[in-house]
Amino acid sequence: MTAEATLPSRWRFGRLTGIGPILALLAVLLMVIAIRQPSFYDPPSLLAFLKRAAPLVILAAGQYFVIVAGDFDLSVGSLVTAEVVIAARLIDGDPAMTWPVVALMIGFGLMVGLANGLITTALRVPSFITTLGMYLILVGAVYTWTGGSPRGALTEEFRLLGRRGIEGIPFLQQLPYAVLVLAGIATIAVVLMRSDFGKVLLAVGGNPRAAALSGARVNLMRVIAFLISGLFAAVAAVLLGGFGGVSFQVGAGLEFTAITAVVLGGVVLGGGRGSVIGAMLGAVTLEVLFTLLNLFGVSGALKSAVQGLIIIAAVAIGRTRRN
Amino acid sequence: MRLFSVLVVTGMLLAAAGCASDAPTETPVSKSPATGEQSKFFVQADYDREMALRTATPQGPSDKPWEQALDPQWADTAKYKKAGPYHLCFSNAGVGNPWRQVGIKNMQAEVSLHAEIKTFSVADAESKDDKQISDINDLLGKGCDALIVSPNTTATLTPAVELACAKVPVIVFDRGVNTKCPVTFINPIGGYAFGATGAEFLTQNVKERGKVLALRILPGVDVLETRWSAAKVAFDKSKLDVVGVEFTDGDPAKTKSIVTNYIQRFGNLDGVWMDAGATAVAAAEAFEDAGKPIPPMVGEDQQDFLKMWQDKKLNAIAPTYPTFQWRTPIIAALRILNGEKVANPWKLPQPTITSANLGQFVQPNMPPLHYAMCGCTSLPGYPQTWGGK
Repeated sequence: MTAEATLPSRWRFGRLTGIGPILALLAVLLMVIAIRQPSFYDPPSLLAFLKRAAPLVILAAGQYFVIVAGDFDLSVGSLVTAEVVIAARLIDGDPAMTWPVVALMIGFGLMVGLANGLITTALRVPSFITTLGMYLILVGAVYTWTGGSPRGALTEEFRLLGRRGIEGIPFLQQLPYAVLVLAGIATIAVVLMRSDFGKVLLAVGGNPRAAALSGARVNLMRVIAFLISGLFAAVAAVLLGGFGGVSFQVGAGLEFTAITAVVLGGVVLGGGRGSVIGAMLGAVTLEVLFTLLNLFGVSGALKSAVQGLIIIAAVAIGRTRRN
Repeated sequence: MRLFSVLVVTGMLLAAAGCASDAPTETPVSKSPATGEQSKFFVQADYDREMALRTATPQGPSDKPWEQALDPQWADTAKYKKAGPYHLCFSNAGVGNPWRQVGIKNMQAEVSLHAEIKTFSVADAESKDDKQISDINDLLGKGCDALIVSPNTTATLTPAVELACAKVPVIVFDRGVNTKCPVTFINPIGGYAFGATGAEFLTQNVKERGKVLALRILPGVDVLETRWSAAKVAFDKSKLDVVGVEFTDGDPAKTKSIVTNYIQRFGNLDGVWMDAGATAVAAAEAFEDAGKPIPPMVGEDQQDFLKMWQDKKLNAIAPTYPTFQWRTPIIAALRILNGEKVANPWKLPQPTITSANLGQFVQPNMPPLHYAMCGCTSLPGYPQTWGGK
């Protein structure tokens, strides 16, 4: 990846991290949906789809930063659950607590990200062990704290972001807040990756030694990637808690779905290659695929199998492209 | 190292893909009948008895359903007569859900009504069989005059209850035990009645061939299996089209996404049956968020659903598994120690909330997970003790 600096970056960006395949796949799936369920393309139902997909897209964006830097974050699913359960317990139906608790959730997400990052870099624990450990710690802590069933309640104010939107917009009817949040997060992610930070992060993921020799602060970059992942997971938790309410399973399996989405979007496990737009498109594609499976009445067992197949295929293709 | 970790994580992803995402939740729609095989927990005689009890006239004061008994057989308790003050003991399976949390408060408030109860010892088994067995042994060593047991599981707790029967009068309530040794077993009519009441409401309120989704918490638990099996009997006799039977784990997020998927796949649903009401609000929200009217549905007596029902003018029904049954064991214990006859089994009525009597049960001052059918509104400490304002 050190070649990045010497070549026109646009050219390399396009060739190595091309989002062509994922766009093609998405187009095919969208065409199948158009045939099976044309009403999917009514603006309100399209926005409803985006609203449902927003948390996964945000998680995939967060996961992208970690993966492209050469690490993994397996803790995001349990972090989402922990955040929602904590929020319900602390808000406990009191509207005045809504925004302080949202701030606290963001802080907690950053804290978990910081812990993941520091343990991985300073203690040199491989990130999949660090974040797997964090996953188990969070699951255990949440169970212990709640005694097995979530307590408290989320307020309508809290649930606004995940459930409601700006009403009365002509043609669209309702513009969900979740879609606005998604647009904000996507912009931040893209701007970050277009900045110097993004270029150094790619270099760190591609070849940490070369990046270090050329002056990049490798560990700092990796810690920042974990911080972003924790932050985005917190944002996703706010949306998911708003959408579904207090739930013990809200985050179950999300880390794997997010990693699947990132891999599907052409990002190479191990770091250094892939674009954040690809990762987010991967998440959208995955959600479209799940929608399609549901329309065909096979959302259950096959959904897992499909995720498995995607991981195998995407990693295999990634390997052949690298060699 | 990089290659190694990639391979390890890929392997983990593959292993986890099978369990990490939603567990298989589909029942093939083409299966006939769509409601699947009848539950192996279904017992025709029990079903028939519960159906009959639904219309039986209870004996006892009508304003105190927790003192009423349906079709009672009387147990003579003269041999337990004893002068007060009393030491009552209670071995509780746990307080791990809102239903049990409301229940234990009802029981404690009932105790406070009776000056003759000098001591009330409670042991919380935290939903563990082994802890409850040792709890019962510990309580027996404390000189209880009567022991109340709410068993965590039926079979495992039976020997411990038998042991206790030899020493003190025992009262079992909620879940049962496989022995006749307790002086009385107290519970409401039961799961068949609960399930049938909801299903019959749908057969009367949903048009012919209307699409109904059945939501269950989880399989294999007797009290929930009976609810579903009775609903299945009603649906199989009806002209409704049960398009799916899904397990929600009692989780609102999962419930909402299941219902949303069904609305998307079938365009709309005409009715929703549930075996318990904890996720009723989540199911209703799925319709709201899809911009569809909320169809006739089954809930339970929790405040969040009752409030939504009233605010949105739903067409709904709430069969109940009343928490007022937690008052009855205390009343039974005192009658036993006083040598008065008690019903055994003591079958309590199982009232149903309908749109006609909904207004009596909506309590905006109570927390969202409070169960309205608590029989607690006249008890000391209400509403603060139950979390109300």
